[in-house]
Amino acid sequence: MSTATLPDAPDATPCTPMSKKPAPRATAETMGARQRDISVSEFFAKNRHLLGFDNPRKALLTTVKEAVDNSLDACEEAGILPDITVVIEDLQPDRPASAKSSRYRITVVDNGPGIMRAQVEHIFGRLLYGSKFHRLKMSRGQQGIGISAAGMYGLITTGKPMMIQTRPKAGKKAHHIELAMNTKTNRAEVTVDEETDDFPLQRLRDLPQARGVDVLDPAAYPTGTSVTIELEGKYQKGRGSVDEFLELTAIANPHAKFTFVRPTRTTDEEEDVPLLRKAKGPESGPASPGMEPATPATTEDLGAMVVFPRGVTELPPETKEIQPHPRGVELGTLLQMLKDFEQSEKGGSLYHFLQDRFCRVSAGTAGDFCEKIGVTSRTKVADIEPPQAEALYKVFQEAKLGPPPTDCLAPIGVQQMLKGMFKGVRAEFYAASSRSAEVYRGRPFLIEAAIAFGGELPADEPARVIRFANRVPLLFQQSACSSFKAVAETNWRNYDLQQPRGSVPVGPLVVMIHMASVWVPFTSESKEAIADYDEIRKEMKLALMECGRKLGAYLRKRAKMKREGERRDIFERYIGEIAQAVEALNGTDAKKLYEALLAQAKRRTAIADLELDEHGKAMKDEDPADQEGVLIVDAAGASPAPAPTPGKPDPFALSKKEAAALKVAALAKTEHDEPALLRAPAKSVRAKEAPKPATKPEAKSAAKPAPARAVEASPTPAKPAEPAKKPKPRMRLVNGKYVPVDDGPSLF
Amino acid sequence: MAKKSPLPKLRERDKATLGKLTGLADAVAKSALAGREPKVEIPLRTKGNTTWDKKRGILRMGDATADRELFNLNQAKQFMQTMLHASTIKDLIEIGKTSSLRGVFYKAKHTVAGTKENTFDGQEESDPILEDLEVTLGALREELHIFAENRGTLVGNITIIDKGDEINARKQGSGGWGIPSIVEADVIQFGKCEAKFVLHVEKGTVWNRFNEDRFWEEHNCILTHGAGQPPRGVRRLLQRFNQELKLPIICLLDCDPWGHYIYSVIKQGSISLAFESSRLAIPEAKFLGIRAADFKDCKLPDAVKITLSENDIKRAKEIAAYPWFAEHKAWQKEIAALLDNGFKMEVEAMIAKGVSFVTEEYVPQRLKAKAWLD
Repeated sequence: MSTATLPDAPDATPCTPMSKKPAPRATAETMGARQRDISVSEFFAKNRHLLGFDNPRKALLTTVKEAVDNSLDACEEAGILPDITVVIEDLQPDRPASAKSSRYRITVVDNGPGIMRAQVEHIFGRLLYGSKFHRLKMSRGQQGIGISAAGMYGLITTGKPMMIQTRPKAGKKAHHIELAMNTKTNRAEVTVDEETDDFPLQRLRDLPQARGVDVLDPAAYPTGTSVTIELEGKYQKGRGSVDEFLELTAIANPHAKFTFVRPTRTTDEEEDVPLLRKAKGPESGPASPGMEPATPATTEDLGAMVVFPRGVTELPPETKEIQPHPRGVELGTLLQMLKDFEQSEKGGSLYHFLQDRFCRVSAGTAGDFCEKIGVTSRTKVADIEPPQAEALYKVFQEAKLGPPPTDCLAPIGVQQMLKGMFKGVRAEFYAASSRSAEVYRGRPFLIEAAIAFGGELPADEPARVIRFANRVPLLFQQSACSSFKAVAETNWRNYDLQQPRGSVPVGPLVVMIHMASVWVPFTSESKEAIADYDEIRKEMKLALMECGRKLGAYLRKRAKMKREGERRDIFERYIGEIAQAVEALNGTDAKKLYEALLAQAKRRTAIADLELDEHGKAMKDEDPADQEGVLIVDAAGASPAPAPTPGKPDPFALSKKEAAALKVAALAKTEHDEPALLRAPAKSVRAKEAPKPATKPEAKSAAKPAPARAVEASPTPAKPAEPAKKPKPRMRLVNGKYVPVDDGPSLF
Repeated sequence: MAKKSPLPKLRERDKATLGKLTGLADAVAKSALAGREPKVEIPLRTKGNTTWDKKRGILRMGDATADRELFNLNQAKQFMQTMLHASTIKDLIEIGKTSSLRGVFYKAKHTVAGTKENTFDGQEESDPILEDLEVTLGALREELHIFAENRGTLVGNITIIDKGDEINARKQGSGGWGIPSIVEADVIQFGKCEAKFVLHVEKGTVWNRFNEDRFWEEHNCILTHGAGQPPRGVRRLLQRFNQELKLPIICLLDCDPWGHYIYSVIKQGSISLAFESSRLAIPEAKFLGIRAADFKDCKLPDAVKITLSENDIKRAKEIAAYPWFAEHKAWQKEIAALLDNGFKMEVEAMIAKGVSFVTEEYVPQRLKAKAWLD
């Protein structure tokens, strides 16, 4: 019988899954009992990879990154030049070599404004709490997730609470708070709350790595905050390391000083990707006491610690908060804004709402908008029906409006980028470009690019792209990033570089791209790549092309100089022979004749190179714009030594080594960003007009593991070092010639 | 009497040459010190600057000159070399010695001060500079105290006085007398001469055949060869035989474009030495053979044919187009016949008809018949 073969639950319909007992079906009641709020912190505890805590190494980096970002934002908002110290202590130095991770204690100390006691729990113990999320203002952090997530990660992996010292008032005691986050309630639980004089922590100043170096001098931290998080992590140099992060952060933030005290023991796996700078290795030892580590403008790697000095002494311009641009809001946001307005301004009119809550909406425009959706200027926001709101949204999209104000953006600046690149990358040529603000989705943004070329950079590898969003380096997901695509799409072959099809150029090149915006569109919450908006990529390419043009002009000029040099060489080579032969023939004084011919040779090569290219065709006059935003360091042997300008000291009189030490850059723009061309006389005049009283401590002093190139001392409040000895004239490469530089102001 | 006289007394001709050299240096020094870029004006030794003097039947150098400039990348080195050689020559003249081309090259060759570069990389760089100086100064090579390697040999019914030594050209054994590079009247004078003509053959092997067969004795002539393209010494000597002793110059050359051009050079002068044509060219010189028709006329075997290469054909056409051949119907026919044959023949080809066929039958018959081209 066919029914007998049916399953033993005769009442079950054939499509029901087979089970011995029918499961009790959920009812709305039972389901409702299980439904409850999911705490945000609970969610992220389970999904920590979304925040950049995927693996031990990245967790370590993310923690440092979030703390440093917060510190920088806080310092800048308070108008303090940031001085940030990062200390990583290895808490299991005796672990077996096979250990995949270790326990570290990360402490980040800043000299920022400090935090009011009442805010501490909120800032550090709660996810999605912050001052930055709700406003359209350019800042590093956005969502207010970072540091509390780091604390939570530490808590999860080690059970140790986060430790915070903060001194909001100079001279007063600091707060010492330890707190653990309750992931269920999204609230912090304070375990220790006391006042202390120990700020910055004496323990850190006593670390063996810091011995002999003035780390965390209390005088430099009158106010400030120190965050300590213990976590399970892994310290390893190379790409995506804390070292790289700080290095890049220092490039994009030349106004900040960073000190990094490395853990005593690193994971044994060695780095495979070289950093931008060549590490000097531990044998250099710490700088001698009494020497201010902040004086050189180039980074110093002392092995156990690294000092990234301050390159410029001006803070980035303060940014203003802006109202959203009508075109930048989405319908849902618009509805919410209407609701919020109605709540705060009971009975407010749409006409006022439009003017009050948006930028670039004048009274007239607001009137137009009202008219277009069929309401009057007196219509109340409360009376706006959803269809009208939708109509308004459409009107927004079609309206002709001015772009949003751009004073909400703080570019790094051409000058600062050059300084930053110079300090971090040993190259021969630097160029930077800062675009003016543009808009994507109604949000203003601004793209800056800089390139470093030649010098010690590897010549046959693909260019290194370093990416920044609001001055924060982006270390991962490079190929997903709009900026990387922009680099690959730019035709670098136009600028005499090699470039495989559809890929980044190959050569001794570092490309830096910075996007500043009130809202950087990241592809994910871990903020690793910039989303690929056409408007953004276009600006990036334009900025890169600007830099590329400068590089191209430089490379052509270098080739030209080489030609000139070779040509002059040929003439000069034969002149001596000719003078002697002529003397033998008719008794003309060979020396006199030699000098006359030499003068002609110089004149001849100068004229020929000004007017002719290698094909003998007249060359276009160089665009002076190509010389702005450019920094050229004549690395030894990088370019043929150009001939001296007549009447100026002869650089050939110097030995090669001396000459190498004197290579100093020409810089097109002054501190005030006015276009100052590479004209020697103008420079010297300026030098005479504005001599800075400050003594410049000479960077290359014998006592130091000095960088092999001349560096400008930055006029930071440094301890008065020995007055600079300047036995040789400083030389500068100007229009292919060396000219002496007055010992006056810094070029920057 | 001093053991070494410091400087020999200069002859008038040497004084004139020295004056020219000083003038060259003066011009350079003067413009250099006045801030002008120095240059040397050098007459062009190119085909374009060669004109065909139909009336005299010789090639002449035109008036075109080129500036050799110091401040020109392509000329700087040559400018330097020109001045170096000028100074070398001055030394030679002052010490009253002559030097070979190679000797002058070595004398001026050294590394440029402060570099690893040589003033001259090879003799092939040096020789043209000396020719430039000849034309620039308007001085003959011997006036510059330079000579080339001896090349070419002579034997025959004549006595020659070479630097006072009497050379009996009738008694030169199998080797003959080597013709020096400089055969001007102050070095070489002619003594007794019974010869009625000069037979000039292309190269030494042919000359040996004629000498061994005592051809010059039997036919009362002078027998010379120039080892291919004859050097200036041989050409100058032939011209002096022709002009001073009124001897006809009869050439026996290969039947190929190169043989034709040797004849052309002997007769009209060469392009690169057009400035010396009046001293070297022998418009009366005659081309006895080998003729293109000889293959049939002498019933030569196919084995003697050497196929014309593309280069040969090109060269033959070039020669046919030279103005001094272009208007010469017999020569046009001869070159056409050569091209028509499609092969060339060397003088040695005649050996196919017997070792001494060329000396005993071919040349005597042609001479008798005056069957030559001129």
